[in-house]
Amino acid sequence: MASDFCDALWPEEHRRIPLRELADLSGLSEAEVVALVEYGALAPAGTTAEQWVFSVSSISVARAARRLGEEFALEPHAVALLLAYLDRIRELEAQLRAVQARGVFPP
Amino acid sequence: MKFKDYYAILGVYRNASADDIKKRYRILARKYHPDVSKEPDAEKRFKEVAEAYATLKDAEKRAAYDQLGARRPGEDFRPPPEWSTQFGDGHAAFDEMDFADLFAGLAGRAGHGRRSGQRGPAAAMRGQDYEVTVPITLEDAHHGTEVSLDLSTTEFDGRGAPRRVGKRIKARIPKGPTDGQVLRLPGQGGKGINGGPDGDVYLNIVLRPHRLYRVSGRDLFLDLPLAPWEAALGAAVEVPTLAGPVNLKVPPGTRAGRQLRLAGRGLPKPEGGAGDLHAVVQIVLPSTLTEREKALYGELAAASTFDPRQHFG
Repeated sequence: MASDFCDALWPEEHRRIPLRELADLSGLSEAEVVALVEYGALAPAGTTAEQWVFSVSSISVARAARRLGEEFALEPHAVALLLAYLDRIRELEAQLRAVQARGVFPP
Repeated sequence: MKFKDYYAILGVYRNASADDIKKRYRILARKYHPDVSKEPDAEKRFKEVAEAYATLKDAEKRAAYDQLGARRPGEDFRPPPEWSTQFGDGHAAFDEMDFADLFAGLAGRAGHGRRSGQRGPAAAMRGQDYEVTVPITLEDAHHGTEVSLDLSTTEFDGRGAPRRVGKRIKARIPKGPTDGQVLRLPGQGGKGINGGPDGDVYLNIVLRPHRLYRVSGRDLFLDLPLAPWEAALGAAVEVPTLAGPVNLKVPPGTRAGRQLRLAGRGLPKPEGGAGDLHAVVQIVLPSTLTEREKALYGELAAASTFDPRQHFG
């Protein structure tokens, strides 16, 4: 009997995504994606916007950017800055969790 | 349908400029957004202000909202009859909508949003994506699991009329996700419009705290209590792992804090293999000692030349 469960998929790490598809997947406009690249929040391979290809991890960055931009009514520059800080917070949280897991400073 | 006073929710006059509305929204978003707010009813208030702003920030939607005129919040009303031709077949279409849907629908019909293919009145648009937080246990992450998710989605009929649809999705989570892992359910999000593809559902995996294990990436850490004599003399002890108990050899002279590694006993990796389980040694004493135990400790104290504080100088 066929199962009615659908499989949750891992990110396709090797997939490369062009600008238009990233805009479509994230809900951003192409101009907003370009602005995020200019402000350093996204780093595509390729020299011109037509040639740009993005990694799969860019989807979650771009989606977070759309959410922040929408929910706080922020301009792309502020969003890019916020993303950099959030990235730093996540990095520090991961380090803290690793230290706590080793039992040095129990949670 | 109950009327909502979007201007009052944002605290602006009906003739406020777009800049004033944005400024006021920013202040309220900072105050009530659940990510940054400490207000007790933050999530509810944020939803209200976000709904109001979604309509008033868009000139077309704001003009449509203004057509309704000023009314009392909560007042029963029916949208103008001519709107019904835009939202489906007759007044019945309004009964399935909530207030926000009236204006959300304007974006879909105008060809805004996420296009796929050509723009225009009948432009194909990709369905909405959804993000869902899915808390799972470490056991679930180790073995894989199945979850049921309830989503409330907005769908548009052939004439662009929006309606809320409850949707239950049953998803199979593969083994091996870590905390913060994002998995994707392709095509399980909102329905595509005018032949556009259906949206996806993104699952944000959160690992629930475990009573025994702490997690770092795919490595697990477990406190391993040992009696002083087990640590001093060495012992073979049974250690719980997510795949069942295993025997661990504790070498003689094991100190507190030492980590004994059980390779491949952590969380599995999708590409094969697994993280490690680290048993962190703790040396513990019984809460009360029997007379016999006291005597033996006394004998040991008299016989030993060990000075644990020698480095104090």
